[in-house]
Amino acid sequence: MNGQAKPYGMIAEYKTAADILHAAENVRDAGFSKWDVFTPFPVHGMDRAMGLKNSKVGWFAFLGGVTGYTTGMIMIWWMNAYDYPIVVGGKPMFSPHGAFPPSYELTILLGAFGSLFGMLFLNRLPRLHHPLLKNKRFSLVTHDRYFLVVECADPKYSETQTRELLEKAGSRHIEVVEDE
Amino acid sequence: MAASIAKIPQPPAELERLPLVNNNRSLGWISNRVAGLAEGKAPIWWWLCFIPSVCFLGLLGFCLCYQISTGVGVWGNRHPVMWAWDIVNFVWWIGIGHAGTLISAILFLLRQRWRTGVNRAAEAMTIFAVMCAGIYPALHVGRMWYDWWLFPIPNQNSIWPQFRSPLMWDVFAVSTYFTVSVLFWYMGLIPDLAIMRDRAKSRIRQFAYGLFSLGWTGSNRHWSNYEKAYLILAGLSTPLVLSVHSIVSLDFAVSQLPGWHTTIFPPYFVAGAVFSGFGMVLTLLIPLRKMARLEDLITMRHIDLMCKVTLATGTIVGYAYAMEFFIAWYSGNPNERFHFMNRALGPYNWAWLFMVIPNVVVPQLFWFRKVRQNLLIVFIISIIVNVGMWFERFVIIVIGFHRDFLPSSWAYYKPTWVDVCTYLGTFGLFFTMFLLFMRFLPIIAISEVKGVTPQSDPHHPAGGAKHVEFEEEEAVV
Repeated sequence: MNGQAKPYGMIAEYKTAADILHAAENVRDAGFSKWDVFTPFPVHGMDRAMGLKNSKVGWFAFLGGVTGYTTGMIMIWWMNAYDYPIVVGGKPMFSPHGAFPPSYELTILLGAFGSLFGMLFLNRLPRLHHPLLKNKRFSLVTHDRYFLVVECADPKYSETQTRELLEKAGSRHIEVVEDE
Repeated sequence: MAASIAKIPQPPAELERLPLVNNNRSLGWISNRVAGLAEGKAPIWWWLCFIPSVCFLGLLGFCLCYQISTGVGVWGNRHPVMWAWDIVNFVWWIGIGHAGTLISAILFLLRQRWRTGVNRAAEAMTIFAVMCAGIYPALHVGRMWYDWWLFPIPNQNSIWPQFRSPLMWDVFAVSTYFTVSVLFWYMGLIPDLAIMRDRAKSRIRQFAYGLFSLGWTGSNRHWSNYEKAYLILAGLSTPLVLSVHSIVSLDFAVSQLPGWHTTIFPPYFVAGAVFSGFGMVLTLLIPLRKMARLEDLITMRHIDLMCKVTLATGTIVGYAYAMEFFIAWYSGNPNERFHFMNRALGPYNWAWLFMVIPNVVVPQLFWFRKVRQNLLIVFIISIIVNVGMWFERFVIIVIGFHRDFLPSSWAYYKPTWVDVCTYLGTFGLFFTMFLLFMRFLPIIAISEVKGVTPQSDPHHPAGGAKHVEFEEEEAVV
């Protein structure tokens, strides 16, 4: 505030999923790097239209799962066969078969944590402030509108040419959003 | 707009796939209708359901205090029937939970797009059902203040949990199931919480929904990671849901008791769990779609498909019942044979009939389209299914015990008022949680339903909405 507001980015509103998809293709082909598309639901084919690479969440889930399984196996061996062995029903102190069900559950448990927290980490969430969330019009993104935002920090950004590009793609409403 | 589209001959009406959202509702309408349920004043019918639920929750509180302070001797469990209503209800509630994960995970992997209409409510049902289930083993150990010994935490005796026992596997299975179900549910809620945040008028609502939506903006860079994470969670939950009731069944199958010691138990329990879970989903959603006016989102097609899943799993259960009898005869084991004759003809044969008729015979009515389209009949059958599944667990557990290897200790089990009231009380907990859930959170996955509407398809000029104009609807708060 206090007149210190600096522009954050140019925000263009679209009314259909088809429009935003084509707009995204145009912006991608124009070679922008700091831009994003905001939609009420994941639009099919948008990742390709934006030129996004496959998400890396899988690695986090994989690491979680591997950690879970090894933790389970080592923990059960250590507790039941090493630290305090007790003979129960003549069963072996440690058997990979008996240790499998809890280890399997731990694989899933830590894999699930890995994918949720991996997703949040890659998205840099939770985030309590975002310049777009201050914009009245932008709140329609969770209702039924689609937005394309080009950040002013993008090297290719230009007040006039970017506006022209977004208008040509069919946007009827374009404004510059300010960061406080 | 219509003029620019080439004329394409329409397929005959009977070949058209029924829409998942009726009446060509717009994206905005979906938000307004579903989110609107958790806004404003609660309707009268909500209070009429909530007040009795809270009373039953109070009954549960009273029963828990009474049996913890007195001891579990107040139950009807007597030698030789050492597991009874407590474990019956545990398995029953856990089983009900299975439909939620099946809908959210397995149907997601199978690309059954209709799941979006019902998955949120079914996942909530799962979580609350597992909460009800969790009460029973915690009490069943007798001195529940030692429950923490079940977890691998160092205690004063320096003894670790004994992982060779299936009961220990069960601890891990059920607690993982609960945690992962909550994670999956919460992750699905994040975009919808952002919808609630953007609609919120009061400071408190803005703050609460804002906090839990984690600053979600609907960015496609976020959606990309989100969808991958959702897919992975579905992939992890699928083996989870299959393993949980398998491991519950191992509590029985690993023991040496006739009627329990069989290899058919894991798949048979999973099928039964899904069967009873869909029964409960139908029981909940049929009144809910009417009271909350959600007929356009939970359509007759949804009901029809859920009836078909119920029919399929009910038939699997029927096959398992038949196979148990066949193996009892084919194995030549006299104890096994006696047990199954005792099931069908012994003093508890009324319970056996309450198991077979509701689970095997009644769901066969779902072969008929007329039955699947009649909400009243579907509702009644869904309740019968749950009664039948309760008796299945009763038959397995109580009949398995009451005539053991020593005829001198044979007995006839009867529950006490504490057993009955605790069970009724868990319904209070379940419905209180469910009603609170529908007052504060969107009961349908709004952003997922938006994604299966025709206008969400970007590969058509009007966003897939080829023949119809969609009325736009402003946000109404």
